[in-house]
Amino acid sequence: MQQETKTVELTGAEIFVRCLQEEGADLIFGYPGGSVLHIYDALYRQDKVKHILVRHEQGAVHAAEGFAKSTGKPGVVLVTSGPGATNAVTGIADAYMDSVPMVIFTGQVPTSLIGNDAFQEVDTVGITRPCVKHNFLVKDVKDLATTIKKAFYVATTGRPGPVVVDIPKDITAARFEFSYPKSIKMRSYNPTVKGHPGQIRKAVDLILSAKKPMLYTGGGVILGNAAKSLTELTRLLNYPITNTLMGLGGYPASDRQFLGMLGMHGTYEANMAMHHADVLIAIGARFDDRVTGNIEKFCPHARIVHVDVDPASISKNVKVDVPIVGQVDQVLKTMIKEIKASGARPDPDALADWWKQIDEWRAMDCLKYDKTSELIKPQYVLETLWRLTKGDAFVCSDVGQHQMWTAQFYGFDKPNRWINSGGLGTMGFGLPAAIGTQIAHPDETVVCVTGEASIQMCIQELSTALQYHLPIKVVTLNNRYMGMVRQWQEFFYQGRYAMSYMDALPDFVQLAEAYGHVGMRIEQPGDVEGAIQEALKMKDRLVFMDFITDQSENVYPMVPAGAGQNEMILL
Amino acid sequence: MENESGALSRVAGLFSARGYNIESLTVAPTEDPTLSRLTLVTRGSDEVIEQITKQLNKLVDVVKLLDLTEHRHIEREMMMVKLKVQDGEQRAEVVRMTEIFRGHIIDVSATAYVVELTGDSPKLDAFIDAVRGFEVVEVVRSGVMGIARGDVALRL
Repeated sequence: MQQETKTVELTGAEIFVRCLQEEGADLIFGYPGGSVLHIYDALYRQDKVKHILVRHEQGAVHAAEGFAKSTGKPGVVLVTSGPGATNAVTGIADAYMDSVPMVIFTGQVPTSLIGNDAFQEVDTVGITRPCVKHNFLVKDVKDLATTIKKAFYVATTGRPGPVVVDIPKDITAARFEFSYPKSIKMRSYNPTVKGHPGQIRKAVDLILSAKKPMLYTGGGVILGNAAKSLTELTRLLNYPITNTLMGLGGYPASDRQFLGMLGMHGTYEANMAMHHADVLIAIGARFDDRVTGNIEKFCPHARIVHVDVDPASISKNVKVDVPIVGQVDQVLKTMIKEIKASGARPDPDALADWWKQIDEWRAMDCLKYDKTSELIKPQYVLETLWRLTKGDAFVCSDVGQHQMWTAQFYGFDKPNRWINSGGLGTMGFGLPAAIGTQIAHPDETVVCVTGEASIQMCIQELSTALQYHLPIKVVTLNNRYMGMVRQWQEFFYQGRYAMSYMDALPDFVQLAEAYGHVGMRIEQPGDVEGAIQEALKMKDRLVFMDFITDQSENVYPMVPAGAGQNEMILL
Repeated sequence: MENESGALSRVAGLFSARGYNIESLTVAPTEDPTLSRLTLVTRGSDEVIEQITKQLNKLVDVVKLLDLTEHRHIEREMMMVKLKVQDGEQRAEVVRMTEIFRGHIIDVSATAYVVELTGDSPKLDAFIDAVRGFEVVEVVRSGVMGIARGDVALRL
């Protein structure tokens, strides 16, 4: 490990702030408390690291996720011990499931009190262990800088993920000479970078031999900055491609070769093409149960190539034929080079037949909905939003029906613009994620698509948005139900709508206004377009649009739990 | 793995979180005090063992991992058994059993013997079966330790 030469004696709190500066982490999200007061004092006495004050620690983590997902840089969070840390856990678990690079600093009671059930003490390292990539408890101020360096290194390399650094209060008061390591090596952590050339060659041979090929790509393409290479490879091959929920934007949605999202609420053509494919090329995707449906019936005819940076993702759920461990972008670039050099091309006749079949599936128009309804159809709101923002907004979603409709109807042509909670499915994610995204992209249009149930899980962050003048456009699809719960109850519980009706809803227009924002209620389909236009014109205000939508609308197609990908419920 | 607090709970936590089962686990520092060596016995299909191996390798505290069952290897476990002995005849019988199993009597009191025994796990099981006629007061087993034969070694 190389040490920087100049050294000065600083307090732990000052070291902490200097480390963030050295790391280029000039923006952090947090909430103060007893155990981190020294750190907040050190933050107060400098102006390089900007601190965004949220209203609840869960919001801090989601905001940092929005920042990280929209920029590719690590998100940084600072919270206090005890409830500060436990409130952050949902966000940490969310970041873990979606492999978001994050460093979360938690205050801890002084080392002398650890284990004494002290005020605001919890075993943060123990509580977070199953939902972090790694975590540290700093027991000596001399280890602080190195630990922070390690935390950023682990969080951002290999398969990214959240790293927690728990810092007892006395460590932030103790003094030590500051020096920040320029680089770090850890003998027990060596993520694989390059794909094995022999495996890549084997994969290319298999890919080129395909008669019914299918590319299935996930969040790894976004995280691995590989959208450009993926697009190049896909066009070179002229193969059909589908993206997972987390992978949307990895390939331009407006392109002819794109079949839409796959999985439980994926398109008919994407799921049918998966089911009938003879060669499946999985890239940065993890064969999640919401994608595969019944694993016994998954891709019964396909030989599978799987590229992933995490060896544990390979053959975890589905046994694959050609595994390649490595950074997605590097592997894709090598594949492109191999294909170009070989001069071999896929069988054109087979491919033409395959596309003909796919176009027949496409003609089913599986995303059709009633456009003559007198009620506002949620799909129409999202289609209009897409059209008016030219498909170029940063869209942060909450969790539920509105999330699926956004994935289906808002076509993303660029990566890092679709920000949602995929793995954990955390209601309450959308608004704070939009806050982090808008802070990272002050001049871009940032939309939070949500429902009247999800928004209430972190609605306090409307106050944060006011404090930092964030002109987020909140699109609430208000159907007076927890829509996805209602849909399952309609389909699988004979319409017994247990606890899924959102009774006693607040007046969201007044609520938005009480928080100092602009509120709108839209009740007629004819008013949808005008309202969105008006909201988008208000460049310096948060606008809360409360769309009163059709209560009975369901998300189609749907692969019921336990069914195969080809067994979809269609409208 | 790194000889650090928390390393063991990461391993144990991984097994419980992912529904794998730990049959036996032993851990202690090595000749390099910054490293601990952990021997863990688990059961599963090839796919499950592959996944366990990958997940363990992913833990930042795990430095190196070797599946001993892929190599010729030696397994040893140590056991201490406290047996109640009432009379001279019983004492003689315990001594004889201990000799047969090539163990040692390491503590003697007016009413009890402690027998120390080392071997693979089935041998220790066999000893317990053999002394069932006595009152077994307590049994302490170390869990299995393992090492590969020949040149194969788990080292940095």
